Amino acid sequence: MSEVPELTDQGFEPNPFGPHHDPIGSDPINADEQNPTEQPVLVQLLTPEGERVEHPDYSIDLSAEELQALYRDLALVRRVDVEATALQRQGELGIWASLLGQEAAQIGAGRALLPDDMAFPTYREHGVAWCRGIDPMSIIGLFRGCDSGAWDPIESKFNLYTIVIGAQTLHAVGYAMGMQRDGGQGACLAFFGDGATSQGDVNEAFIFSAVFDAPVVFFCQNNQYAISEPIEKQTRIPLYRRASGFGFPGIRVDGNDVLAVLAVTRRALEAARSGQGPTLIEAYTYRMGAHTTSDDPSRYRLASEMEAWKLKDPIERLKAYLVRSGQADAAFFEAIEKESDELAARVRRETVEMPDPDPASMFDNTYAEITPYLQEQRDTFLTYQAGFSEERSHA
Amino acid sequence: MSTTVTLGKALNMGLRKAMEDDPKVLLMGEDIGKLGGVFRITDGLQKDFGEDRVIDTPLAESGILGTAVGLAMRGFRPVVEIQFDGFVYPAYDQIVCQVAKLHARSRGRLPMSIVIRIPFGGGIGAVEHHSESPEAYFAHTAGLKVVACSNPVDAYWMIQQAIAHPDPIVFFEPKRRYWEKAELDTEAPPEPLFGSRLVRDGSQVTVLAYGPMVKTALQAASAAEEEGISVEVLDLRTISPLDMGPVLESVRRTGRCVVVHEAPSNLGLGSELSARITEACFYDLEAPVLRVGGYDTPYPPSKLEEDYLPDLDRVLEAVDRSLAY
Repeated sequence: MSEVPELTDQGFEPNPFGPHHDPIGSDPINADEQNPTEQPVLVQLLTPEGERVEHPDYSIDLSAEELQALYRDLALVRRVDVEATALQRQGELGIWASLLGQEAAQIGAGRALLPDDMAFPTYREHGVAWCRGIDPMSIIGLFRGCDSGAWDPIESKFNLYTIVIGAQTLHAVGYAMGMQRDGGQGACLAFFGDGATSQGDVNEAFIFSAVFDAPVVFFCQNNQYAISEPIEKQTRIPLYRRASGFGFPGIRVDGNDVLAVLAVTRRALEAARSGQGPTLIEAYTYRMGAHTTSDDPSRYRLASEMEAWKLKDPIERLKAYLVRSGQADAAFFEAIEKESDELAARVRRETVEMPDPDPASMFDNTYAEITPYLQEQRDTFLTYQAGFSEERSHA
Repeated sequence: MSTTVTLGKALNMGLRKAMEDDPKVLLMGEDIGKLGGVFRITDGLQKDFGEDRVIDTPLAESGILGTAVGLAMRGFRPVVEIQFDGFVYPAYDQIVCQVAKLHARSRGRLPMSIVIRIPFGGGIGAVEHHSESPEAYFAHTAGLKVVACSNPVDAYWMIQQAIAHPDPIVFFEPKRRYWEKAELDTEAPPEPLFGSRLVRDGSQVTVLAYGPMVKTALQAASAAEEEGISVEVLDLRTISPLDMGPVLESVRRTGRCVVVHEAPSNLGLGSELSARITEACFYDLEAPVLRVGGYDTPYPPSKLEEDYLPDLDRVLEAVDRSLAY
């Protein structure tokens, strides 16, 4: 990395990843150590080997039951994710966006939410959905092509998935501005990825939140790739440092450490709720699967990179800690595995059995009340459909 | 109570009334606070309703619409001002992908009561991007409703009706008519928001217009009368959904129709109106439906806008062509 220039007096910051960023060789989690003024840069409470470590600013004290509950969350959402990927391969889903490798980032963030908080996901936050009590089948329907997400975004305090990259960050800020105006007690948690940080909407969301001191936390899962483009195609500086230019704190957390993510997100949400404005959290993680089932990562990244990240697996490290500290025994892990398999079997069964939507339902809710012209189209459609013989009809 | 007001003042009064009637109504936009907007439509409102309800936003249109979406989800009724027609495009993604679709995507759970006010059209000698007529982009998008006011009385009522309406509405204001005056009776019952209106009786040709072109169409009808031609004029008022009832009723009587708008003719509202009229009144038509619009060029430098924009003579010329069939 000798090509990497030193920081200059002008404040110019070189690309900390270097011109030929090698995520394995340079150990990107600690890449920022080049800049000693930023120490410690990565909040970590659980090492990849499952050792509990302390951090001067962030602490967490969880009971064995709470730790077990986190492990259960991680294991179950991964199992559902694996099953969904298999269902797509078997033609039961149109597509699936896997969360593989990002479980700790999502469960840590999701479990930091309080009932009054509102989450704004991308299309990959299956783990956060789980934390908000949303049944996996409500998500499966979207990827099967039956609906746009079957959960109630108001009741669950978990917005619908947003596919347009970064658009939801502005919705989160607007919702948070609403909380400021109606005496709401909560905060918003806006999810997005490393690629989204290049979007205008995300930068505008940073500006609006800062100017209005909105109670919002920006949670960026830096999984190293925007489909095929590595992080250095999006940024010259570590993403969390973007926050300082907008005038609020940014922090990088080990996204594969559920304890650290939980501690950091809790703190940021508390700050937002208490009127201290936004925080940017960069959860440093890795997309262990493809972007979606339509993607082929072998075209743009090395298998060895994946092997290196497997050693930092978010679930294995919590398991190692639970075992080493004697807070869970073999029977616990067996029970979780059994529960996971049962859940996966239910997901499979209910996916295969999921009925196609009523064709006429496409006309529903375009407007609060159907317009006369749309009603005409709907009537024409139904008459047209009825004209087909029984076996050709969708009914 | 009846007073003489400009269209701009009528909008200001309508916004004030809507804010008094519903505490969930918020105004958002660039320079709408202390300045009162570049056209002064929000004049004095921040002073009376405070900075939390009349929000001077950062200079970012997508940000304005995106945060309005979040506020609407939270149960507010944001009324967004886009400073000029040509500046709405940075917000286009939020409007088309989010504002228009979220009610349907959420199966009705997410309210999207957003009004997007856009001063539109030319004729004020402005530099580029300040004189455009982008209504067709929005009328083409399912989930949005699009209306245009043409006079102070409609401006006063329509803005209030739009704000109270549950669906998102793009509200076009004819900027060159902001200074037109009329008698406004705030006690008189308003007409429905999504209704077209007959504004001048006639028997030989129906002229359809909305927004700034209503006045032009009425001037053309007066001029035609001097030549012994009887022109009927309808103010569409609602662009999406179209209120075809009064239109078809009129065209069935006259057998002839000319559609006038400032927007370019290609795939403009005139195209849709022509198709719908032809489908419904084929055997009543004595002539094809004719369109008078802007040319299919970028909006020209202001020294040329009088040549670009439909005016009295171009409407009359189309009326003559229709009668010649």
